[in-house]
Amino acid sequence: MSDNAAHTSRSQGFYIAIGIGLLVGTATTVGAAFVNLGPFNPIIALLIATIKATLVVLFFMHVKGASEKLTGAVVVSGFFFLAILISLSLADYLTRSWR
Amino acid sequence: MHDSQASTMEHAVHNPALLHHFADAQQQKDAASLGMWLFLVTEIMFFGGMFCAYLVYRLAHFNAFAAGSQQLSIALGATNTAVLIISSVTVVLAVKAAEAGRRKVLVGYLVVTVLLGMTFLAVKGFEYREKFEKHHIPGPTFKFTNTFDDNGKQIPVNPKEAELFFSLYFAMTGMHALHMIIGCGLFSVLAVLAWKGHYSPGYFTPIENAGLYWHLVDIIWIYLFPLLYLISRHS
Repeated sequence: MSDNAAHTSRSQGFYIAIGIGLLVGTATTVGAAFVNLGPFNPIIALLIATIKATLVVLFFMHVKGASEKLTGAVVVSGFFFLAILISLSLADYLTRSWR
Repeated sequence: MHDSQASTMEHAVHNPALLHHFADAQQQKDAASLGMWLFLVTEIMFFGGMFCAYLVYRLAHFNAFAAGSQQLSIALGATNTAVLIISSVTVVLAVKAAEAGRRKVLVGYLVVTVLLGMTFLAVKGFEYREKFEKHHIPGPTFKFTNTFDDNGKQIPVNPKEAELFFSLYFAMTGMHALHMIIGCGLFSVLAVLAWKGHYSPGYFTPIENAGLYWHLVDIIWIYLFPLLYLISRHS
């Protein structure tokens, strides 16, 4: 693979299967929204969204099997800093009533 | 690393798109994709700030945010989610077609992607029109008389707090829609260039990087949809 090198492209059927998986995830999350799960409604919705986003990042954006390993580190660091932003902000706002 | 010594000469001859400061086509492609990802990380942080603001205000004004959220159409939101997911599939198939050097298939997928993007924007337009009709646009004419339906129990809400929900709704979906408009423009240009034969199996980096952008915009919607439309239906 010297010419076009190790591109991580997969078969057309594979991409369509991932797409169908994402549509099933969407249908599941819509269905779950109409069931009263109490505090678990947002958790389930965000869990499904995260699974869908992970599928898109790994397979559609070709991060899984990327020849440049640094790409994976950049992606993880991006979401890591987002996690810091949200967790530290909420650590403030959620504890303001503790007195 | 790649076996660059062996392939440098070969590529210098074979691939006119290979710039001289890269060892080989793979390294050039990896560098472009890494740069694109660095840009996408700044986009994640940009939207992340708005997501964080939404979470903080939703926790502070839960009933008003839930009441505002219950005014959105799940059917239209879910339709748009499906449209975006299908467009992501056509984008990844476009990249595959570019890699295989199938010019007409590539142009076809790019055009379908633009059409799906415009479908998304049209549905969004209908949703925005409904907000205008209901006076749910933040500003002097804003009106909100709905109550929060907590499993049959009607709880009145402060319209000022509901206005905050709609401000964030328009900021987030509006900024997302702006990204969609930019994406449609980008893919239209790429479709013309692809039709003229600018891309080959040895060079299709713009298609790949525009694809990365489109997928990220899709991911942002994957989070916007449950957060804005879904999580306040039953809780």
